[in-house]
Amino acid sequence: MASETAGAGAITASAPVSGARQFWRRLRTQRAALVAATVVALLVLIALGAPLLALIEGQDPNTYHPHLIDSARGGVPVGAFGGAGGEHWLGVEPQTGRDLFTRLVYGARVSLGVALAATVVQVFIGVTVGIAAGLGNRWVDQVLSRATDVIVALPLMILALALMAIVPSGFPRPVLVALVIGLVAWGGTAKIVRAQTITLKERDFVAAARLSGWPTWQIARRELLPSLAAPVITYASLLVPTNVTVEAALSFLGVGVKPPTPSWGQMLTAADVWYQAAPQYLLLPAGTLFVTVLALTVLGDGVRTALDPRAASRLRIGTGRKREAGA
Amino acid sequence: MSLVEVDALTVEFGDLRAVDTLSFRLEQGAALGVVGESGSGKSTVASALLGLHRGTGARVTGSVRAAGTDVQEADGEALRRLRGGTAAMVFQDPLSSLDPYYAVGDQIAEVYRVHSKASRRAARARAVEVLDRVGIPDAARRARSRPHEFSGGMRQRALIAMALACEPALLVADEPTTALDVTVQAQILDLLHGLRQETGMGLILVTHDVGVAAESVDDVLVMRHGRAVERGAVADVLGAPSAAYTKELLGSVPRVDAARPQRPDATGDALLEAVGLRREFGRGKRAFAAVDGVSLTVRRGETLGIVGESGSGKTTLGRMLVGLLEPTSGQVLLSGARADTGVQMVFQDPVSSLNPRRSVGESVADPLRARGDKEVRGRVEELLERVGLDPAHYGRYPHEFSGGQRQRVGIARALAAEPRIIVCDEAVSALDVTTQAQVTGLLRELQDELGLALVFIAHDLAVVRQVSDRVAVMRKGRVVEYGTVDEVYGAPQDPYTRQLLAAVPALDPAVAARRRSARRELAAA
Amino acid sequence: MTGFLLRRAIGAAVTLLAISVIIYVVFYAAPGNVAQISCGPRCSPAQVQQVADQLRLDDPLYLRYWHFLQGIFVGQDFSTGTAVQHCDAPCLGFSYQTDQQVTQLILTKLPATASLALGAMVLWLILGVGTGVLSAWRRGRPTERILTAITLAGTATPVFVIGLLLMIVVCGQLQWLPFPQYVPFTDDPEQWAWNLLLPWLSLALIEAAKYARLTRASMLETLAEDHVRTFRAYGVGERSIIGRHALRGAVAPVIALNANDFGSMFGGAVLSETLFGIPGLGRELVHAVNVVDLPVVVGMVLVTGFFVVLANAVADVLYAVADRRVVLS
Repeated sequence: MASETAGAGAITASAPVSGARQFWRRLRTQRAALVAATVVALLVLIALGAPLLALIEGQDPNTYHPHLIDSARGGVPVGAFGGAGGEHWLGVEPQTGRDLFTRLVYGARVSLGVALAATVVQVFIGVTVGIAAGLGNRWVDQVLSRATDVIVALPLMILALALMAIVPSGFPRPVLVALVIGLVAWGGTAKIVRAQTITLKERDFVAAARLSGWPTWQIARRELLPSLAAPVITYASLLVPTNVTVEAALSFLGVGVKPPTPSWGQMLTAADVWYQAAPQYLLLPAGTLFVTVLALTVLGDGVRTALDPRAASRLRIGTGRKREAGA
Repeated sequence: MSLVEVDALTVEFGDLRAVDTLSFRLEQGAALGVVGESGSGKSTVASALLGLHRGTGARVTGSVRAAGTDVQEADGEALRRLRGGTAAMVFQDPLSSLDPYYAVGDQIAEVYRVHSKASRRAARARAVEVLDRVGIPDAARRARSRPHEFSGGMRQRALIAMALACEPALLVADEPTTALDVTVQAQILDLLHGLRQETGMGLILVTHDVGVAAESVDDVLVMRHGRAVERGAVADVLGAPSAAYTKELLGSVPRVDAARPQRPDATGDALLEAVGLRREFGRGKRAFAAVDGVSLTVRRGETLGIVGESGSGKTTLGRMLVGLLEPTSGQVLLSGARADTGVQMVFQDPVSSLNPRRSVGESVADPLRARGDKEVRGRVEELLERVGLDPAHYGRYPHEFSGGQRQRVGIARALAAEPRIIVCDEAVSALDVTTQAQVTGLLRELQDELGLALVFIAHDLAVVRQVSDRVAVMRKGRVVEYGTVDEVYGAPQDPYTRQLLAAVPALDPAVAARRRSARRELAAA
Repeated sequence: MTGFLLRRAIGAAVTLLAISVIIYVVFYAAPGNVAQISCGPRCSPAQVQQVADQLRLDDPLYLRYWHFLQGIFVGQDFSTGTAVQHCDAPCLGFSYQTDQQVTQLILTKLPATASLALGAMVLWLILGVGTGVLSAWRRGRPTERILTAITLAGTATPVFVIGLLLMIVVCGQLQWLPFPQYVPFTDDPEQWAWNLLLPWLSLALIEAAKYARLTRASMLETLAEDHVRTFRAYGVGERSIIGRHALRGAVAPVIALNANDFGSMFGGAVLSETLFGIPGLGRELVHAVNVVDLPVVVGMVLVTGFFVVLANAVADVLYAVADRRVVLS
């Protein structure tokens, strides 16, 4: 009887995402997550509408404006506030005179595009490897888990950096960056999916499905995948902000997105030299990067809370959560 | 002054009123059993006695006085003195109730030091003393072990030792034996009984098991929906209940000594034969046989009960019978049933046996779809109706159902495969007794109607006796006794079977006292 | 215990071997002329041929890998045009572009990286775990909300952004410190510390946010467990519950995360080293990547992997000493 009470608690907690409706309802109740979602939506709109915004301003990100640069003073923009005004809303870049606003806006494309694409690659590899390891026999599991261990052991930045040394040069750079980040950071997803698969595999409803006469792949499709959706979405939503940071870092180091393609990280590379003459050249990309990563992180936390309400109710004492009996 | 005075206690969690204007008193040294099914609010009462709801968001009104302290009004210092010092609590799950990272003795010493000015060394000595008192062998050494190195029964003893450390006037035990095997349960109840006689402390025992209450207390308070239904001396309430609910509750409790419905002798032909089944787990040095040479026969239309304590191998055996586990050696022979879906299973845990992300209708439809049926809805609705559910609930999800209803869904799913045999693995253990009775009743009906054979696996001797025609008693992977119900329960041959039967709590306090002395003799022998 | 140590050591060795195989295959079996890439763009065809011979590019892949592995364990010889250089074990290869042994190169860069990593680690553990404990203790109160906001901002800030800002404000505007310039510890310990202060701080601030979140989450999880209810029911005070029981639950995850982070740091805190001009492994790696000095890149990645695996193994053993249950399972 007591185990039934605990059971009832567990079922409300592991709540089926039967409806996306329930998920939205839980997400909506979190004010911070809502604000974050709005910011992210805005950023996505900006990224998608970059050409339109550039058109409205009447500038493009790659045109040099030598006349706006004071070469006598080492290349700082002419005029107050780094040359900001009606012509160039946020001023121009030191030395080249390229329009800062359009570069920032096009930078959002690179940043979000690369981060999302990398996440898709990570989730795809991670889920495939994780399910295969969880369902496969001992050898498959050993080999795949070992490979996952290697990927997890090697620091993401180092490996991504190293890989950038040997990638073919003919490819569009942002695609390469996304691929490299995706290829080196799927370990976490794979581990989570494997662990979840193994737990789910032991559940009685999977045993019942086997007794129904379904073959293994049908069980994976019908019983496992729907239950894996929640942890995978949760984890993926936390991967996105990390990927934004990694892309920015690689570009900052000069091995990510290459000029003339604008990228926030790349803009910061030279910014420290100009902080006195053109502070917005430093503060704008830094601020945008910060806001983007913050919004994505808060949204990710919100998604987790919406999908796993237990995390939100940890403040109560003695939830009566049952542990596996017999250590 | 009474030891405990509860007046018009009401506890609300949000909209849920868990305890509703409850009042009772407990005199010094007396023992009260609080009995009820899940959701009756009995555990909430136990927590309220120590003020555990303070600061948790629960709304508590009315007054609770324990040993003269007003639990609702007491300041932090007085509350700390009360908790553990004057009133100590023992919880249900002994594993999770102790900190896994520290030695058991240190945890007891920590609690002791909160309530006394004792030195570290003296506190540790006290811990060893109380551990010894509750019957932990070699207490000085075991005090240094951590909880996971103890068995379930030993952990519960350790928790009782912690409670004893500060010589409280009141012991509140919340389902103290629910997680334990029946033989261990009997030992713990005997221990509590002995301690009470020795120290004269008061006892409030919260339990869902009427038998456990009958064994251990003088008075019972029957609760339902947060209210007191009936209160009185154990012999009166259990012997001649006045409230309708108490009557229903007592009527549902399976007994090892009551008359059973007589059924025609099961003489059908053998449907399933297990020959020399053995299953090992682990490899190398750690390999052990969970099931070790079991041979059984299941006949058409009969119920074979398999009873055993935890670790007896009964679940492993069940999984081999349905084909979820391959035996290491031996085989399962089927005659007249399809090998793939002819043997189905109803699982123990109503939570994990249904996929929370699929509607119950879809789950029930699985066997139909797997064999290629296209139109399943009509058949599924028929099945849902047959097991007593509303066919319109096809599209609902498992969390919208109670435990008993979920087990009905599980039965419908098993039936969908049109099996000849259904293995029920602890299928009713997680349910309240009234629900339990309904589900076993349903199984019996279906059996008679469809000529099914049932294999009924359970740890509860009384339930197995109630539903089975023949019984196998398992211990450490082997069948130690195998025969008709009357043979096994009436004239047990194996000493282990006798020990098990002696440990089953009796509903009659007089019988319970006789059993207790019988146990003492068995243990001494 | 001995059995556990042995199992753990074998596990670490196997992981390292797997790392070396994967790294070797990825980098030396990559498309393109490996010899030309390794040698650098200014090499003559004859020099490229020499490098190709050295790397045994005509042999099948597994033989080449075996040769490479031999180098690590017993050393190998490199001919540099006229002279033959012996490269002692552990030989990670030869940088044809800089005419240097990779192992030597790594050894010269190691002290700077180690200085950065050690100091930053001490800081981030103190800051992170301290913040985490404080917010778990003050849960549900304003203190926690403020700390949560700060740590959230910390996790959202890339290390090069905070480093840049710190440098500009502290060294540029306020001029409290000179712009950092690495001084080896052996030259002048005091200057060493002053110049590393900003890099330490900026790394530690970012990392501490991660540790604060982890510590807080693990402690809250423990606080929700049944055994905490037991101690509350026995009148044990909040201070004991937080400091003894809840904190104990955070030890394992913090040790595990720290092992990984500390090990990774030895691959170079790439960003901080680049930003603050610290001549460590990270900056060397960035340089090697930019000029595509393949042997150096491969050597660096292997060394990083080695340190991570080592740090993890040490952490596991340390933890097992503290908690014997690990050994049992």
